Amino acid sequence: MNTLFATLIFLILVNNILLLAAFRLPSLIRLIAFQGICLAALLFCEQHLLLACAVLLIKGLLLPGLLLRTIKRLPINTDLRPRLHQGLGIVAGMTGLIFALWLETRLAIQPGLFPPLLLPAGLTTLFCGLILVVGRSTALAQVMGYLVAENGIFVLGIPLMSANTVWFELALLLDIFVAVFVMGIAINHIVETFESIDVDGFRSLRD
Amino acid sequence: MNTLLFLVLQLALALVLAPLLPGIINRVKAIVAGRRGKPLLQTYYDLARLLGKGEVISTTTSWVFCTGPVIALATVICALPLLPLAGQPSPCAFDGDFLLAAYLLGLGRFAIILAALDTGSSFEGMGASREATFSALAEPVLFLALLVLVALSLEPPQALQATKPPELSFSALLGGHAALAWQDGRAELLLIPAIFFVLLLVENCRMPVDDPTTHLELTMIHEVMVLDHSGPTLACIVYGAALKLWFFVALITALVLPPMPFWQHLGASLVLMFGLAVGVGVVESVMARLRLPVIPRLLAGALTLAALSLILTLVR
Repeated sequence: MNTLFATLIFLILVNNILLLAAFRLPSLIRLIAFQGICLAALLFCEQHLLLACAVLLIKGLLLPGLLLRTIKRLPINTDLRPRLHQGLGIVAGMTGLIFALWLETRLAIQPGLFPPLLLPAGLTTLFCGLILVVGRSTALAQVMGYLVAENGIFVLGIPLMSANTVWFELALLLDIFVAVFVMGIAINHIVETFESIDVDGFRSLRD
Repeated sequence: MNTLLFLVLQLALALVLAPLLPGIINRVKAIVAGRRGKPLLQTYYDLARLLGKGEVISTTTSWVFCTGPVIALATVICALPLLPLAGQPSPCAFDGDFLLAAYLLGLGRFAIILAALDTGSSFEGMGASREATFSALAEPVLFLALLVLVALSLEPPQALQATKPPELSFSALLGGHAALAWQDGRAELLLIPAIFFVLLLVENCRMPVDDPTTHLELTMIHEVMVLDHSGPTLACIVYGAALKLWFFVALITALVLPPMPFWQHLGASLVLMFGLAVGVGVVESVMARLRLPVIPRLLAGALTLAALSLILTLVR
């Protein structure tokens, strides 16, 4: 079980780098689905079966499906057109990883609470989500960045899940589902009105 | 094992079996494409035919043109004994021999580039320029991947402390540390064989980077450099390329296999090496050649993964 856990954390780290390197929206969505599946497997290792199933269903299937459906319905270019160059994004992600590793040595955490590398993996996922939000110019990609950042927070919460917080996490999961659902509808409306979901378009707004 | 016997066995295996690897790759490509393909031993026939031929040498060339391919072949043959054979440390191993191996291959490439420039043809100059660019980009990837192995070998597992080759040699780095460490769940080391596989494709001018079959000058890298060579010097180039492929395949094999008894290890190595050749053939069949500006991106990806692997190895 320990080997599986370590492998999953490693997969999440590689997935983060790939998220920053993705060139097109569909591949970004597939990577997010994969991250959701990894999260479910992590929970499965920690023996939170109910939550694992819920995460697999929502983060692994429903959210990516919703995002893919939104992309299909939008007449948009699926290229990501990054505002921050992909290479720079990756360097920023690696810097985030190194910073997270340094932070782990500095934080006074109760020893044994976090399994090895879990804290840096969670923090790096959080950073990568933020880089996605800042560095991509379409609204959909920013929604995905938000999702990735939330995944990072979720990873950080895993060791803290005693019996009661599972319900809390479950409620949070549903909230996020609703949030992304609403964002999908909102983005649809934005496209209907402005014919683009490029947030750079905001610059041309006048009062 | 007896030093002489070891060297004879290692060199004999490499020198005899290496031309089989391009044959396997071509056969796999043919089968995937639905053709019957060339015979497996085609490279041997080609070599025999080329060695029997005369040579046409342009009057604009100097002695550099003929020595280039010979140097390329000689450097690869010198690099081969530095690798461990079937888990046994090489008798030629010394601290830092991987640097020698990397730069021996580099010297061979340099000689070919000089020979290409010596013809004074613009096509070959273009190929030489591309080869130099991409190999310069591949070099940091190679050294970063080797650095991961060095970091790993600084804390050898119990099983390997009995047979102790010199610390920073290929024999110590490839002695099965990585395979043993995977079993402890250090998945980041799984990236290293993948990175070496990308390097194999780049260094040997295989498909996603360079198309070994085309003779369209605009897209070629390696093939365009050797356009003017014929007869025995072309045989040197073809044989050198096969041996270089063998070197990289043997490197990956030695990295992947865990410690085993000698003969078992030897058998497993050979099977895995030919399996890797099949893998190269499959990659060549399913992938199109990348556009030239995309190749640095591929190498940058490999570099990033190597850096990630190094960071995680150092942390644990």
